[in-house]
Amino acid sequence: MSSILTHSPALVMALPLLAAFLTPVVGRFNRKILGWFISVILGLTLGITILMAIQILTNGSMIYVFGGSEAGLTLPSGYTVPIRIIFHIDAMGIFMGLITAVVSFLAAIYSLSFMQKESGLEKYYALLLLLATGMFGMEFTGDIFNFFVFLEIASISSVALIAFRSTLSGEPAEAGYKYMVVSSISALMVLFAVGLFYGQYDVLNMATIASVMQFTQLDKIALILLVTVLSMKAGSVPMHMWTPDAYSEAPAAITMVLVAASQASLYALFRVSFSLYNISLNTVTIGWIIIILGVLSMFIGVTMAIIQKDIKRLMAYHAISQTGYMLLGVGVGLAVLANPVALDSFGIKAMEGSIFHIMNHAMYKGLLFLTAGALFYRTGTRDLNKMGGLANNMFYTTIFFIIGAAAIAGIPPFNGFASKLIIYESVYKFNPLLSIIAMLVSILTLASFVKVFHSAFLGPKLEQYKKVQEVPKSMLFAMATLACIIVLFGLFPDVIVKNLVHPAVMALINQTNYTATILGGI
Amino acid sequence: MIGNFPYIAVAILIGLGVYTLIFKKNLIKIAIGITLIESGANLFLITLGYRKGAVAPIYTQAPEGMTMVLPTPQALTLTSIVIGVATTALILSIAMIIYKKYGTINTDEVRRLKE
Repeated sequence: MSSILTHSPALVMALPLLAAFLTPVVGRFNRKILGWFISVILGLTLGITILMAIQILTNGSMIYVFGGSEAGLTLPSGYTVPIRIIFHIDAMGIFMGLITAVVSFLAAIYSLSFMQKESGLEKYYALLLLLATGMFGMEFTGDIFNFFVFLEIASISSVALIAFRSTLSGEPAEAGYKYMVVSSISALMVLFAVGLFYGQYDVLNMATIASVMQFTQLDKIALILLVTVLSMKAGSVPMHMWTPDAYSEAPAAITMVLVAASQASLYALFRVSFSLYNISLNTVTIGWIIIILGVLSMFIGVTMAIIQKDIKRLMAYHAISQTGYMLLGVGVGLAVLANPVALDSFGIKAMEGSIFHIMNHAMYKGLLFLTAGALFYRTGTRDLNKMGGLANNMFYTTIFFIIGAAAIAGIPPFNGFASKLIIYESVYKFNPLLSIIAMLVSILTLASFVKVFHSAFLGPKLEQYKKVQEVPKSMLFAMATLACIIVLFGLFPDVIVKNLVHPAVMALINQTNYTATILGGI
Repeated sequence: MIGNFPYIAVAILIGLGVYTLIFKKNLIKIAIGITLIESGANLFLITLGYRKGAVAPIYTQAPEGMTMVLPTPQALTLTSIVIGVATTALILSIAMIIYKKYGTINTDEVRRLKE
């Protein structure tokens, strides 16, 4: 048992990675059990992640040295810098890891019925596993070049998944091409930044770079490159052009995972600005840049969403808008990082709100995309003008949609309300205007989802949807799980914030701890 | 000055790549632009590890007293090249699908998603 725990960082990666290459073999023997095989693998991964989370939240950060004689030995005798690839998982990393594990597990369950009629399923599942591997890697790694590799794994598999349905029409391929260009450039710029760091400091370990950071001109260039490309991958305005296309053309289960994948990039952005640079950078400037990106994303995302007719495209614009909330809160935290008084009075709270919002967003946006997928599964269209009266036929889907829509609009007692309230309160102390914009965006979000609800679910039964039934059980199970999480988080936000979110925020803010875990006590 | 030539080449390669991405409307040419940026990044990494007059970093076979070039950037570049092959293959195959479905690879005409 304890050896499983010691090696859990490697296991979490190895399980989906090896299973991905086993998938075609399993698919050749028996196509029926393929989906169950994947679900079991991702369920096991989720189990291990939860074990790790308990371990990390009680005993502090976890380190895994690949190829080392001992899992926790970062500096073998005679070395002053770590030379091996190290997985460095603190409270923030495992927080993101939990999101990834839950989302990819539910995507596999949902796909059991959702993708049943499609061909080439073994490729679909193999890519889903690779995407999960890439996301876990981005969140767990403590080595900046390793981060680049996992970023590429995640982007290549997500591109292939976005373009998965291109046998019927060209649009998925078009969306895939766009995302591929965006993510290749992002990854190459990350690689260039890695080169800049290596050229100056001769190390690739993030904690070690952080400990010797000089903030020279080259570091500033690296910072600009990293902030730009990572916020592009996270889908913030003005680099959001790929988001609506990619989210709306991918299969619904994959869209849910893609949301989590963008959040992994968001996590990397926070990791770079807090753990790598921390107060050595001009926190006020970078903080305000992130705040402005956030406010723009919030506002432009929601205004673009209101005019959409395609249900998944509409939700994708809302995803951009919600990303804005996360950027806003963390930007405020970063802007006051060098000012301990302000940080204590509202900076930490603002970050707690944003980090909590990351998890909440993954849950309710996942749920909403799954309900959109359920509608598509039964009606065969994503056009809101062609839908109507579906509440008569799909009772549970309607309930789940209401829960998701209420959560995204920030209506109590759902989880969106909990995190948005924290953001409003704390950001108000920093700058009232920002808080007011955030509330306005929330109202517009509600308006837009009332429109979707009205046009898709309400009204009399339509002739062409007479025979529409409720979706199969596996899809209902995935949606029900997410709905339960949303309600629970909404009812007991204090428990989650205290036990899961607060440690994550402290792990980001406290850079000394981050470096000391790798380099020994200071 | 002459030692900085590789860095100038890096800047030119990346600049050309970015130019291609922004101004060319052919999907294949955009793929070429990405490859150019990638070559620039790879050249940058490999140049970082270069030491004047040094030998290949094979620890057991290096002559006494000779300096070796840095092995880590070479490992990084090798990894990045392998990833680049995958990226290029994927992007070209998607361009192929687009050509099949749309009958063109001009970005002005491949824009059904915008409507």
